[in-house]
Amino acid sequence: MKGTSRTQWLLANGVLVLLAFFALFPLLWMLSVSFMQPGEASSLPPPLLPRSATLANYHELFERAGMGRYLANSLLVATAITFLSLVFNLAAGYAFAKLRFAGRDRIFQTMLAALVIPAQVAMIPLFLIMKWLHLVNSYGGVIVPAMATVFGIFLVRQYARSIPNELLEAARIDGAGEWRIFATIVLPLLKPIVVTLAIFTFLASWNDFMWPLIVLSDQAWQTAPVALAGLSREHVQDNELMMAGSVVTVLPVLLLFLALQRHYLEGLLLGSVKG
Amino acid sequence: MKLNWAAWAFVAPALIVIAVFFFLPVLAGFALSFTDFDIYALADIDNLRFVGFANYLELLQTPLFWKALGNTLYFVGVGVPLSIAASLGAALLLNSKLARFRPFFRVALFAPVVTTLVAVAIVWRYLLHTRSGLINYGLESLGLAPIDWLGDPRWAMPAIILFAVWKNFGYNMIIFLAGLQSIPEEHYEAARIDGASSWQQLRYVTLPMLRPALLLVAIITVSGYFQLFAEPYVMTQGNPLQSTVSVLYFMYQEGFTWWSLGRASAIAFLLFALILAATLLLLRWNRRVETA
Repeated sequence: MKGTSRTQWLLANGVLVLLAFFALFPLLWMLSVSFMQPGEASSLPPPLLPRSATLANYHELFERAGMGRYLANSLLVATAITFLSLVFNLAAGYAFAKLRFAGRDRIFQTMLAALVIPAQVAMIPLFLIMKWLHLVNSYGGVIVPAMATVFGIFLVRQYARSIPNELLEAARIDGAGEWRIFATIVLPLLKPIVVTLAIFTFLASWNDFMWPLIVLSDQAWQTAPVALAGLSREHVQDNELMMAGSVVTVLPVLLLFLALQRHYLEGLLLGSVKG
Repeated sequence: MKLNWAAWAFVAPALIVIAVFFFLPVLAGFALSFTDFDIYALADIDNLRFVGFANYLELLQTPLFWKALGNTLYFVGVGVPLSIAASLGAALLLNSKLARFRPFFRVALFAPVVTTLVAVAIVWRYLLHTRSGLINYGLESLGLAPIDWLGDPRWAMPAIILFAVWKNFGYNMIIFLAGLQSIPEEHYEAARIDGASSWQQLRYVTLPMLRPALLLVAIITVSGYFQLFAEPYVMTQGNPLQSTVSVLYFMYQEGFTWWSLGRASAIAFLLFALILAATLLLLRWNRRVETA
């Protein structure tokens, strides 16, 4: 009996180690190659570690390929989307949970039903709307359509429903206005969901590809993923350079996730139980 | 009445954004799919004509559309079961009492999910390189023949599927893990008293209790995999021999390379119809199992 449980233990943990290797190896390899001399990664047999580590690829990336600008674009766009969508989604999510107005439930149901429509269905006319608003090739082209999301409103509403009505009523009897109640009573109670929603939105906006690709054809405004995809078509042979580009694109979101993983995973679960 | 005004002030900004930048474009896209909106209409809207179902009928006669549809169905049909199986396997392992260092493994297996798709697709493109890629080097050191992963029409889609499984399995793993942790321990105790082996416990306790999570995961994954785009855009540009052109990649090309926005809208709505049909099918399957 003891023998079988020992082999089972070895088997389970062995498979986990293999899976972790499968998951992490490409990321570690990317990091390692980004420090190799140009051309080194395509020598045979393929090296795992740089012979003499160099920062040359990073220099080239920022000085010639202009990666600094793209990362700054990404940071600006993702931060703006996170901040604005938090304001919009928090206000709306709270109102859908706690305030009464005509058509409230019907509007909410309609929005939820619309979650089955893939975003790409809207992209072509959205491009025309953005062109009409002169927002193509500007930060606004990416930021404006993302200022409110059904997913965010849903998440806030779920969370805000647990706020006791008596608390809000008491404040109203004391003569507090609705905005004051929201700012001084509701927002502090919503703090956990604010953190969750913020990291979720930031990561999603940073990683977003198809819409920024469509609306930002001018290099000056491109976000890191869009610029990276363009660079990878120009520099097909420059293995080491592209790995450095991938590292600087992935690292910010990976570190942010590691720092706030509990909040992120919580949000993932909250968002998934909508069924 | 006063309360009502305040409530509208809270929801109006978000509702306006969603109405103007989501609902309006969806409706406009539907209308657009019945027009010949192209680069001439883009320059001067007077060139726009209503063409009825012409875009849809033409698409059904376009070989590349069928090719793209076939490729996408291949990606969904093989990629989704593989992804879900990997997620479920990883979740079962992580949830088992035998597992050590669970927090580490959980983060490690989840890490690919938060990475930027474009960046890691580029990484995989080099890993899959025929001559200098590490994957072929591994195959050769095992005595196997190297595979022209992204250059052979038979292998390009499997390579993209492998990459997609790597990128996505951690997401569903977390959902399964939460589902597994919500199964009461008494169920397993009762099963053990009845003499159920661990395999039987999995079959008759775990899987039935996981069905709600499974349905959710299936719907999210199927709909997500139908939206295949960035992987072929970065890794293969639809090649070789158009074997990795997906429906969305085809839509992007029609719309933003050739500026046939009417046609592209029709493709988008066909894709939507497909996702909707797949979702309804999954819901029906779930109801049938529930009543059985």
